[in-house]
Amino acid sequence: MLKGNLTLRQGSFLLESGPFEIETAGITALFGRSGSGKSTLLRAITGLDRHTRGTLSFNGERWQDGAWQLPTPKRDIGFVFQDAALFPHLTVRGNLEYALKRVPKSPFSLEGRGAGGEGEKRPLLTSLHEVAERVGIAHKLDQSVTTLSGGERQRVAIARALLAKPRLMCMDEPLSALDWRAKAELLPLIDELAHETGIPVLFITHAPIEVERLASRVVFMAQGHIERIETLREALARPDSPLFDEEGPVSVLEGCMGEVNQDGLTPFGHEHWHVFLADPAARHSSATRLRILARDVSLALEDPQGLSILNHLPMTIERVDEAHDGRVTVAGRLRDGQMLLAEITAVSARRMKLTVGQPVYALIKSVALME
Amino acid sequence: MLGLTPGEWQAIGLTAKLAGLTTVILLLLSAPLAWWMAHTQSRMGNVVAALVSLPLVLPPTVIGFYLLIVLGPQGFVGGSLEKLGLHHLAFSFWGILIGSVIYSLPFAVQPLRDAFAAIGSRYLDAASTLRASALDRFFTVVMPLARSGILTAVVITFAHTVGEFGVIAMLGGSIAGETRVVSIAIYDHTQAMEYEQAHRLSAILLGFSFLTLFLFYAINQRVLSPLKPN
Repeated sequence: MLKGNLTLRQGSFLLESGPFEIETAGITALFGRSGSGKSTLLRAITGLDRHTRGTLSFNGERWQDGAWQLPTPKRDIGFVFQDAALFPHLTVRGNLEYALKRVPKSPFSLEGRGAGGEGEKRPLLTSLHEVAERVGIAHKLDQSVTTLSGGERQRVAIARALLAKPRLMCMDEPLSALDWRAKAELLPLIDELAHETGIPVLFITHAPIEVERLASRVVFMAQGHIERIETLREALARPDSPLFDEEGPVSVLEGCMGEVNQDGLTPFGHEHWHVFLADPAARHSSATRLRILARDVSLALEDPQGLSILNHLPMTIERVDEAHDGRVTVAGRLRDGQMLLAEITAVSARRMKLTVGQPVYALIKSVALME
Repeated sequence: MLGLTPGEWQAIGLTAKLAGLTTVILLLLSAPLAWWMAHTQSRMGNVVAALVSLPLVLPPTVIGFYLLIVLGPQGFVGGSLEKLGLHHLAFSFWGILIGSVIYSLPFAVQPLRDAFAAIGSRYLDAASTLRASALDRFFTVVMPLARSGILTAVVITFAHTVGEFGVIAMLGGSIAGETRVVSIAIYDHTQAMEYEQAHRLSAILLGFSFLTLFLFYAINQRVLSPLKPN
């Protein structure tokens, strides 16, 4: 649990977080536009700016009290910077050893202090080679960091932060400078590492898709304040969610991949529902989240026949939002309780006489696996 | 050896000792000062920057004159030493050492300050999150990344001290083994119309200075540049 209330002035920008309590388990996204104070909040949390004021405690341990602060080197954090910030005068191995050499020798110093319940799983990754192997840079160990690609640099940065055996991992837009391929490779890696190690992660991003892929919790920031802290499910359930600013309402369904059937389709889903994917790449996927834009979902009162759309899911209407520019978002519950959003025209909603509690069929035109 | 007299060897040895000690003292003094100057936001920063740069624009005679007054038997420092039963510092090796340190101060501070400022805060932040203390960060991050600036400070300070004349002439005079460095010896030879001796020492200084600067540029370009932060 990260609990506090921090202020920090940086030039003309003022961070005034307001009182907050962030449960530190799994991946928590700090989400907001650029200039909303995400990075400043993370600097204040990590103690990297000595002008920080206010209060902060991590699992009951005091990190900031007024002007007093526990120095960053004593907070047992890991930090992955946007530009990796690898030491240019050291090789990849040198960078990793820098972290390893400074881990306190006594096991008590790390295990004893407030592991916070969720940290029991570690440590799986302790030796330099294990970590280098796991993040995919074992063959680069003796290279100068100046010869690495952007994706490789972030891998080294992640490995370096892991080797410091942090109790809290902080990532400041680690993917924003990377091309799509490197992003696609690193997103699942970050997710897997968070699960394998049990180290809680604070992850700054302004990309809704990264939040939807990784986060279990979202801290929304705007104009230097924390506006709201909620679970990803809650964040996706409200119509005014900032996550919808870019592409309109989005649903994220959790489930798992099934075996490919005789038609060459791969199912994704749950006991109670399945979505079929035609893309051959899906056969090798181990995705656990599916992303569906509300504007790709239509509604029908009965299960329609003679339709090219592959995926029809029965659901019960839970909410019909106010019309916006002639369009209405309808939220329905699938049989397992997960929420699916459909965006239809206000005219259709009126003609179909959609009401809360009514059973309908969601016709899904397109889905995306979140690898 | 080289056809030099024992007196001339003495002058060369004295010059090397003066320049070496000046460089060591200046590095130790300048590192914290340059660090502060590179990071301060206080208005005192500009005052200090102006003071440090003064030796660049003042005639050496002005520095030598004031030091002569302060370090001499009637001066604040020299007088205090006399009262303690010690000797004042005018016309002594320690006096010209203090003069050299002040005279070469900007040549040590400026390259260090530029190098420290160029490192920025990213690598230091990264080291902090990896549990490096301030001193640890200085030796493992700042020093290696500022090595080009440190080399510049060392070479330029040493060479500049070897080439010093005015301050020493004012403050130290020409006492063999004490204050008669090579540049003073050349002046004395010239005054005495001993052009052959003046020639020999001048040629040695010229060769030394060129070789030092040449090696410095070669090392800086071939060895250090590829390791500069990108």
